[in-house]
Amino acid sequence: MIMLDRKKAPKFKQVDNIHFLDVVKTTLDNGIEFNYINGGSQDIVKIDFIFDAGNLYQKKPLIASSTNQLIKEGTENYTALEISEGIDLYGAFFEVENSYDTATLTLYTLTKHLTNVLPFVKEVILRPSFSETEFEIYKNNAIERFKINLEKVSFIARKNFMSAIFEENHPYGSNVEIKDYENLQITDIKNFYKENYNLNNCRILASGKVDKTVISILNNAFGEKKISPKQPNKESTTSKLKEGSFHYTNKENALQSAIRIGRIFPNKLHKDYYGLQILNTVLGGYFGSRLMSNIREDKGYTYGIGSGIMSLKNAGYFFISTEVGSHVTKNALTEIYKEIEILRTEEIPTEELDLVKNYLLGQLLKSCDGPFSMGAMFENTHEYGLDYSFYNNYIKTIKEITPKTLLVLGVKYFNKSDLTEIVAGKI
Amino acid sequence: MINFEKFTLENGLTVIVHKDESTPIVAFNLLYDVGARDEDESQTGFAHLFEHLMFGGSVNIPNFDEPLQKVGGTNNAFTSNDITNYYITLPKENLETAFWLDSDRMLSLAFTNKSLEVQRSVVIEEFKQNYLNQPYGDVWLLLRPLAYKNHPYKWATIGKEVSHIENATMDDVKAFFHQHYTPNNAILTVAGDIETEEIKKLSEKWFKNIPSGKTFERSLHKEPQQTEERRLEVKRDVPANAIYKAYHMCSKTHIDYHTTDLLSDVLSLGKSSRLYTSLVKEQKLFSEINAFISGSHDEGLFTITGKLLDGVSFGIAEEAILQEIQLIKKEIIGEDELTKVKNKIESTAQFSETSVLNKAMNLSFAELLGDANDVNLEVSNYQRVNAKGINRIANKILNETNCSTLIYAKSK
Repeated sequence: MIMLDRKKAPKFKQVDNIHFLDVVKTTLDNGIEFNYINGGSQDIVKIDFIFDAGNLYQKKPLIASSTNQLIKEGTENYTALEISEGIDLYGAFFEVENSYDTATLTLYTLTKHLTNVLPFVKEVILRPSFSETEFEIYKNNAIERFKINLEKVSFIARKNFMSAIFEENHPYGSNVEIKDYENLQITDIKNFYKENYNLNNCRILASGKVDKTVISILNNAFGEKKISPKQPNKESTTSKLKEGSFHYTNKENALQSAIRIGRIFPNKLHKDYYGLQILNTVLGGYFGSRLMSNIREDKGYTYGIGSGIMSLKNAGYFFISTEVGSHVTKNALTEIYKEIEILRTEEIPTEELDLVKNYLLGQLLKSCDGPFSMGAMFENTHEYGLDYSFYNNYIKTIKEITPKTLLVLGVKYFNKSDLTEIVAGKI
Repeated sequence: MINFEKFTLENGLTVIVHKDESTPIVAFNLLYDVGARDEDESQTGFAHLFEHLMFGGSVNIPNFDEPLQKVGGTNNAFTSNDITNYYITLPKENLETAFWLDSDRMLSLAFTNKSLEVQRSVVIEEFKQNYLNQPYGDVWLLLRPLAYKNHPYKWATIGKEVSHIENATMDDVKAFFHQHYTPNNAILTVAGDIETEEIKKLSEKWFKNIPSGKTFERSLHKEPQQTEERRLEVKRDVPANAIYKAYHMCSKTHIDYHTTDLLSDVLSLGKSSRLYTSLVKEQKLFSEINAFISGSHDEGLFTITGKLLDGVSFGIAEEAILQEIQLIKKEIIGEDELTKVKNKIESTAQFSETSVLNKAMNLSFAELLGDANDVNLEVSNYQRVNAKGINRIANKILNETNCSTLIYAKSK
């Protein structure tokens, strides 16, 4: 018998072929944009109703998220309870989500129950009532949740970060206060709904078992009502890079400080985006990243640290995020900047870069696993007017990019004076 | 239906294989039958600290994560009061890397002082981040010892106190490893586009030569029947008053488990549930309210908790909860209400089966509790529950003499 050499790693292959499930791009009978991915072995379906109705389009803080939350709470023909009962009875889930750019209503259901639950979804989208009673309950409970969040250093840091990197009054960076909740007006919410939740401003994405029956049920529910032509894209607000700044919120008795460091960054439409994603992965984008290796695995300052790039429609941003023991806040900051500086001064060793390349390809393969994941992959590019070629180009870049190119990006984008630093807790 | 095959190696390692042709990803889930309940009361938090040390290098491989990331894989682990579970997902072509890595750390860890020292700090920061530096973070550190007087569920997985983690020594680490991290104390499930023969070969190649260990005999202190109402009131720097009511309930393998779970769903799953409708929407006493079961292997807790709206007294809030309990104890729930929570179980199960990792974990959990095939009986076990049963369980457990109440008051 051959002795097993446990020191030697088994042979492996770099992922070279990622199969993208096809998306069918079509419209309902009345012209509503309808895309779907048919796949998976379960008789289940996920349907997203996506509106360009995120924070970007609000004139005052909280209007977009409040509209999104309240849309389910009663319609002309049903009370809030009747709607949730109608959907719950069939074991379906109906969730709302508000983001910086979009507002999404998502239905998860067994396909056999789709006809039973879709009428409620239709009511919610077409005829929400925004009653005074529901508004008051929502407002009071939201204030309570907000107050609790304000006790969390991570929440304070995130909030301060967004308002610090964007220009004043930019909808991406609105710095919410309790008074903004108190000043909420139901008429603003109603108007926001009227302007932004039109069917001509909606796209439907279905994934899972999307067969002919499912398509025809959707068409019957949403494809008949006449819609006005799609309006041109609303005004866009670009975001300039601001000079880096420092903001500290002292929290007496805090055992940990939350740290956020970052800046405005290119989004998916920019040629440097791929390279920056790779560079970000090296710095803080995976468990073995430099920040994790140094600040957690070597120093033990934190339970976790990471970095990411958030792509938005009209901007993007880069951020490092962690919570560290208060007594080591300063040390942690020093180490973070040390790692950032290395991105600007030293080429990434080939071995490390190869590992990151293989890791990213493996993760991409995982992100394409199954119709629901693929649906998200589709929407994440479609939103920007891009298609799957975005991923093919990404794969190509991952395979080809060199330490030299990444060093050039490091110099260009990781200048300390461009970085904004937020600390909430105790220094 | 989750089909699987199962075999056991000579050293006692149980291996379960589930074939799913639809995915290019393989899930590799290794469960060890050890949790916080197996700790000594003077050394709590140890099972979880140990989980961290499992990533600090093994006898032949200095770093666990690096070689895995290099083949496009990713991994994590979690510890509960009952189990410690390690999982990997990776491209199926590179599956052998998972066998190589996880068999080596089952064989032996590197046991470096550096790893112990660093992970002690990391876990202490985790303790702060999730339990001490969060509003309401210490609730379970208070509620567990109130509800459990004897059973080791009286401490949380993170540990009773930070000092227990600070005091952990290398000798403790080694003893724990030899006692619990043996092939006969583990269940491996591999799920993906794979063949059982291939998994057999790989299992034998990498795990066969790991010697089995002494069987660990679990003898935990039984929790005596609670006979008197228990209450604890604390003041904390939080913005809203909160109340927690924890009732003793059956174990996970008890015949009443599914009924008890559905009782909690009737009370609080979704916005059409009883507690939400009555206490948040109609009476406007709470900003949020929940009922849930702990799902622990031994006798668990059925908890009702809510955050009070400003100006609502604890007396009125608690009375309103008790009213709802009275109602569900008195009247049998309607068929629609029962159908609703059963349908949720069915669809949740369907959605969960879209992930190979979920399937692999569920197979391992079920095998540990008796039989992997129980995953396929779950939905029908819930379907069998009837309205009378729900009423019977409500009357059996939702009594104040069976309850530990934590009044969590704001200090300002």
